[in-house]
Amino acid sequence: MLTNYFPILLFILVGLALGTVAIGVGKVLAPNKPDAQKLSPYECGFEPFEDSRMKFDVRYYLVAILFIIFDLEIAFLFPWAIVLDEIGVFGFWAMMVFLGILVIGFIYEWKKGALEWE
Amino acid sequence: MTLQSLQTALALPEIFVAAMASAILILGLFINKDRNDIVCFWLSVFTLIATCVLIISDFATQTAFAFNGLFVDDPMGDLLKVAICLLSATIFIYSRQYNQDRNIFSNEYYVLGLFAVCGMMVMASANHLLTLYLGLELMSLCLYSMIAFFRDDKLAVEAAMKYFVLGALASSILLYGMSLLYGLTGALELAVISSVVSNLGKDNLALALAVVFIVVALAFKIGAVPFHMWIPDVYHGAPTSTTAFISAAPKIAAFALIMRLLVGGLEDLHVQWQQMLIILALLSVAVGNIIAIAQDNLKRMLAYSTISHMGFFLFGILSGSAAGYSASLFYILIYATMSCAAFGLILYLSTKDFESDQLNDLKGLSKRSPWTALLFLILMFSMAGVPPTAGFFAKLSVIQALIDANLAWVAVVAVVLAVIGAYYYLRIIKLIYFDAPQTIPEADAPIAVQSDSKIVLAINVIIIIAILPWIGTLITLCNRVIKQFVY
Repeated sequence: MLTNYFPILLFILVGLALGTVAIGVGKVLAPNKPDAQKLSPYECGFEPFEDSRMKFDVRYYLVAILFIIFDLEIAFLFPWAIVLDEIGVFGFWAMMVFLGILVIGFIYEWKKGALEWE
Repeated sequence: MTLQSLQTALALPEIFVAAMASAILILGLFINKDRNDIVCFWLSVFTLIATCVLIISDFATQTAFAFNGLFVDDPMGDLLKVAICLLSATIFIYSRQYNQDRNIFSNEYYVLGLFAVCGMMVMASANHLLTLYLGLELMSLCLYSMIAFFRDDKLAVEAAMKYFVLGALASSILLYGMSLLYGLTGALELAVISSVVSNLGKDNLALALAVVFIVVALAFKIGAVPFHMWIPDVYHGAPTSTTAFISAAPKIAAFALIMRLLVGGLEDLHVQWQQMLIILALLSVAVGNIIAIAQDNLKRMLAYSTISHMGFFLFGILSGSAAGYSASLFYILIYATMSCAAFGLILYLSTKDFESDQLNDLKGLSKRSPWTALLFLILMFSMAGVPPTAGFFAKLSVIQALIDANLAWVAVVAVVLAVIGAYYYLRIIKLIYFDAPQTIPEADAPIAVQSDSKIVLAINVIIIIAILPWIGTLITLCNRVIKQFVY
């Protein structure tokens, strides 16, 4: 029983140690100058708590939409990577065609300036 | 799995359209700004015509499957695809001047159009619920954005929004129906669904529920009453070039969708969906024809006329025989050609600051331009179903199918409503030939349209009459492709 779960125990211990050390070293060594913005739960350009019905820059929306496309692409890549040894060369090229189509969209949005903030 | 086992060659036309659309999208970015739109426009038209040649040169005689049963290449699909490409190319040519005048002549417009065509072609060849849905969404998403091309126009944005929300609703209803079907049959491939359904039997209540969802979604997509609310607003609000595009090729794709789903997958439940379609079709013909009388906007009037034509087209399907399906196919081909010409004429008459979409704008057209007036005359006679136009034969074959299916009472009601509908088509002829011209300067401006559009429009309208000697050939062709599909 213990032999089976020993690696997991080890994993928990190493994980705890690593986390404690990283945060502890940061606390001791890093300069500490807090202000209101830094202490707020989110730091993304918005007030953390306010009415949700407000105007915001439409460019956030554009970035979010462009992000989602590539986010979904990754969602396809993970299962593909896991079974790549079974689906072989054909599977590889099938994914390359898919990525190629996405790259066309990427070239288009880049050239059109959709990635520029200004 | 290998490339050979997928039989990708059967999907060559679709692959060609998608590849060309991507190439044109990229090309538009890299060539000189003041020339790129016109180059991309002609490349798009070339793509569509080349696709037609590709399909005709390898016209299917047998049913063959590709992508492990996701895709089917059969004569019906090929015929529909040829019609889709030809009509879309025609409308692209009509739309050039209109789009140039209104600053929406961009390569994106035509790339979206090509992707929509690709979606329609996928629908025409779908053999699997997933492929059907994929094609449908590819088409719809492109159409939503083509409607919103007048970004600052309130009506256009409203139309796009309405179409998007109702289209998404219809898609979700369709998905619900499909998921019920999948749950009951355990299959997504239409042929497998068909055989499992025949084992489950006609009286399966859960199957009936799935059919209700699917029929409602299809009715939404083609705009049959009572799911027609979006059609007038979308036809009216969209740029006329986009309205023309929506009114022709997508109707043919809708025929493919209905045939593949209801006939290819659920023909054993014919008794169930026949009753629903009778109600939908009769309501569509009645509401479409009667409300069209009250319209004073030409695009809105044609929208209601579409609703009534969709009802007529459903008559053929609901009769549930091979003859009925082929009458429906014939009807939709003729209707799409007429609709393409009707919006072509509106585009033809519009100038830079003048939409020419009011009925009153047509007053006295016969004095301004006798040739255009004659084209209108032929077209309106055909839409109303007056012999010897193709529209008459289309209506005749559908009515015949109804009578053969022992639905004579439906046929009688349909004919009476078609006579009511003749009123508003003939009123246009009266406005053109017997009314005095308006005195506003825009309506008097000379018609200035590029000659390519002029020639194509003339061919488009004249074909409605000139096809008469070959109408038997066309009907035989429809019969042949449907026979191959049904058996």
